[in-house]
Parts: sequence; structure tokens; C-alpha cells
Amino acid sequence: MKLTKDQVKHVAKLANLPLTAEEEKRYSEQLSKILDYVEQLNRVETSSAEPTFNVTGQSNVMREDETTPSLSQEEALSNAPQKKECMFETKGVFED
Amino acid sequence: MKQMYEPIIGLEVHVELNTKSKMFCRCSADYFGKEPNTYTCPVCLGLPGALPLINKAAIEDCIKIGLALNCKISEKSLFERKNYFYPDLPKGYQISQYRWPLCINGQITLDSGQVIRINRVHQEEDTGKLSHLGGVTLIDFNRSGVPLVEIVTEPDFHDVASVRDYAKKLQQLFRYLEVSNADMERGDMRLEANISVHPIAIASKASPWRLPDYRVELKNINSFRFIVAAIEYEIKRQIEALEKREKLTQETRGWNEDKKCTFLQRSKEEAHDYRYFPEPDLPELRIEESRVKSLESSLPELPWDKLKRFAEEYGISKNDAQILSETKELAEFFESALEHGKKHGVSIKEVANYIVNRKPDISSVLPTQIIEELKGKKVGIIESEKELEKLAEQAVKENANAVLDYKKGKEAALQVLIGGVMKLSLGKADIAKLKPILEKLLKS
Ligand SMILES: [Zn+2]
Repeated sequence: MKLTKDQVKHVAKLANLPLTAEEEKRYSEQLSKILDYVEQLNRVETSSAEPTFNVTGQSNVMREDETTPSLSQEEALSNAPQKKECMFETKGVFED
Repeated sequence: MKQMYEPIIGLEVHVELNTKSKMFCRCSADYFGKEPNTYTCPVCLGLPGALPLINKAAIEDCIKIGLALNCKISEKSLFERKNYFYPDLPKGYQISQYRWPLCINGQITLDSGQVIRINRVHQEEDTGKLSHLGGVTLIDFNRSGVPLVEIVTEPDFHDVASVRDYAKKLQQLFRYLEVSNADMERGDMRLEANISVHPIAIASKASPWRLPDYRVELKNINSFRFIVAAIEYEIKRQIEALEKREKLTQETRGWNEDKKCTFLQRSKEEAHDYRYFPEPDLPELRIEESRVKSLESSLPELPWDKLKRFAEEYGISKNDAQILSETKELAEFFESALEHGKKHGVSIKEVANYIVNRKPDISSVLPTQIIEELKGKKVGIIESEKELEKLAEQAVKENANAVLDYKKGKEAALQVLIGGVMKLSLGKADIAKLKPILEKLLKS
């Protein structure tokens, strides 16, 4: 299955990855190969198999509605590359 | 003949649950007005390796909402990752539900009798809160991971009055169920509408009805008034565009309250591709029949059932029943007063009228107190026509000038006489009943 350059661009955009033109070309080849490899799975007869999304076989793992102390403000912000007024700072995004 | 158009509207309501802790971690969910970034942990900050753990109370609240809306509760339910990049979303995805929502296929009946179909009621988590300051965006993650329930209708609304009624009913329901304070201004409850208009075929009824091939999404509106205004504006805008033979497209619009108009936020080309997939960190939910039954039996009497019962059982008007069942607290106050009233010969009607007309502050007045009042021992209202007539005659005697003025055609003079009666009765006269008595007396 051959991925077009536009498809690679779309996937890169969804993954928030900036790609150079050279990378777009390279990844379109690499991703196509990966898809071909995974395509092999389509040969397996699965019409009678239930899809599995979770391999633990568990269900209804829940907790009671109780609180425990959170991180301190300093701890919470300690990894932030930029902060301002005790908040995480990022480049402006459109709103309103 | 003028072409007529029919609006087609679907609604999505988000409601924040009032659980103690967040949806997938044990941070407090009571974030409103707190210092920024003081209610966070590795899970709700999306730090690598952190694992979510489902809050049982939130799941139960979601099912309760579904049951109250006559939904089918799914035997198997799964969380999924909704992937997109936005600074308010620390993990790069929101844990939500897509193909296996907790509740499906419900319905609710509006005051008009119209039935609105509920497509789904599902559980998800809220995002962080953004603020914009001089070109940069600041993030507070206290709200990140707070349990959020989304209720999606089929596109069954055709007018704004129904939208308003529906939203009000949901708000009332959330409060009855005590699953949320549903305060719109605080953002506990948020509304989104999908709107399109379609030309009604006048010539023939033969052409099959189908949904328009576009819809406009109105997002994140936090007041009943704004949603009504935004939908009204949108219907007008779309009809005008269709009249001009313009092609309408899929887009997301917001509401500008200052300019009183909707504005484009995102067009179709930028539409999101969320790539939902089952959340591998959360095992599936299996909701047993017995669990559903026990949750169902834990539901309080629902507002619309209470309204119906009040009207039928107590023989009061539908309007009064609506007022008296507005909140669970007022309904309880009313019924407690009724019970007390019964022992003291105070009728249902007297109690209902008192509460509807005088709107006692139920946080400071006891139901027994209003019965005492109604017994007339203290400051009871004078409703007896005989007594009112006597007072009216007295007032007419004492205000000869006002009587003359009234007979000359000065309607306002009636107020002077009403004031006279109020003075004589120490403010206890029932004005509504007094007025016709006075008028009759003056005309004789
Ligand atoms: Zn947390």
C-alpha cells in the first residue's frame, strides 16, 4: 500500500510533527513499507473472533470516590518550560 | 409563493459532575476559584507512565442521568482516546467514549408534548482552563480530568423555544439527581448546537425528506440566553444565505455577545480527525442488570413525574405544579407544609397559593410556620369577601376625594383606596380579591 505525500503530510499534521520536504518523501516510503508489513495480518481468518482491546481480561476495575493530596503548585510547574502567574505558558492560541 | 424553511437542530450538553475526586485520579474535583495548578497529579497532568483509575461514583452518576432520560444502559462499555493537540489537553488526547457509550437511545418529553430522542449519554473528562494574556496562553490544569458527562440528542428540535425548554429540563434534572450544580455561569453546564435549515417542499409532499448536507456547530455557550440568541441568529443567517443561493458548508461558529452575532471559528478543511481508539490503560466496563436495577431504584422522583403527580393528586393547576416542583427542596417544603396543614384544617389550595404567590424563603422559614400563618392566628391574609367588603366600605367613607376623582375617570384614584384598605387591615388584605370588590362598590 503506497502512501501519498499528501497522506503523509496529513498524518504529520495530526501528530503535530513538522516535516521537511525530504522527510516527507522518506517517510512516505518507510510508512508504506510498515503498512505493507502490518497488512500481512489481514490474511488471518478473523471473522469469528471477537476484537480484543485489552489483554488483561479484567473488567470493572474502579476506585471509590475519595481524594488524596495533589502535587504542590511548585511541583506541578517544575517541568514547565515557561510559566507565568503560576500557570503553564504556551504560545498564544486562537480563542473567541 | 414564498419559500418556507425549517430549522433542524441537535443539541450536545456537557455537564460537570460534582464528585469529590476527578474522573481518573484522586485529585479534588472541587477546583472552582482555587489557586491555579494546585489540584493536579501525574495522571491529570498527563505525565509519562501515569495510569488512570476509574471513579466509580462518576460512572454511577452517568448511568443515573441515562436512566432518567429513558436510555438503554450498555451491558459493555469502553473508554476511548480522542486524539487532538490543544494546550488545554495535557495528554494529547481526551479520554472519552465513542463506539461503546454507557447509555444509548433515550428520550425526553418537552412541555409541548414533543418527544426529543437522546442518541447517547457518555462519560468523559474535562480539559484544563486557558486564559489569554498579551499574545500568550496560560494554562491551569485544576479542571483537567474533572468528570464530564455528554448528552447528545438526535436533530429533533425545530424551534428555539424547545431548545430552551430542553436545556432547562436537563438543568433541573441534574439538580434533582444531585449529580451537578449545573451552574451555567460557572461552566458546570455547557451547550453546543448543530444547526441547519432546509427548504420545505411546498409543491409536492412526494419528495423524500432528508437532512441537509451541511451543519453548523455552535460551540461552548454558557447561558440559556446566549444559546437562544445564537441559534436565532444562525437560522436567520442560513436562510438568508440559501435565499441568495449561497452554498452553506460544515463549520464551527462561536457567539459574540457584544456584536450579537455568530462568527466563524473553524471551517470544514480544518475539521478534526480524532482517530478514536480504545483506551488501552482502562479495562472495559461490564454493567450488570442488577447494578442497573439498583441504580434505577435509587433515583428520586423525577421533576416531570412530580409535576404530573402534584397536578393530579392535589388538583392544582399545571402552572402551580410547575412552580412547586421547580426544585426538589421547594417540592419537599410544599409537601411537608401540606401534611402539617392537613392536621390544622388548612387546605391544599391555600398552601399552594401561599407558596406560589408569596414565595417564602424556604431556607429560613419552616413549613409549619406558613401553616401557622395560614391559620390566620398571626398575619394571615384576609381573603373573605365579606371582610374585604367591610374594609372597602370603610375606606370609601374615609377617602371621599379619591372616590370623586375615580368617578371623574382618574383610574389612579383606585390605588389610594387600595392603600386605605391596606392601612385598615394592617397590610393583610388580599389585593387580587380586593380590587374587583372596590371597583364594584365604586360603580354602584
Ligand atoms: Zn490528578
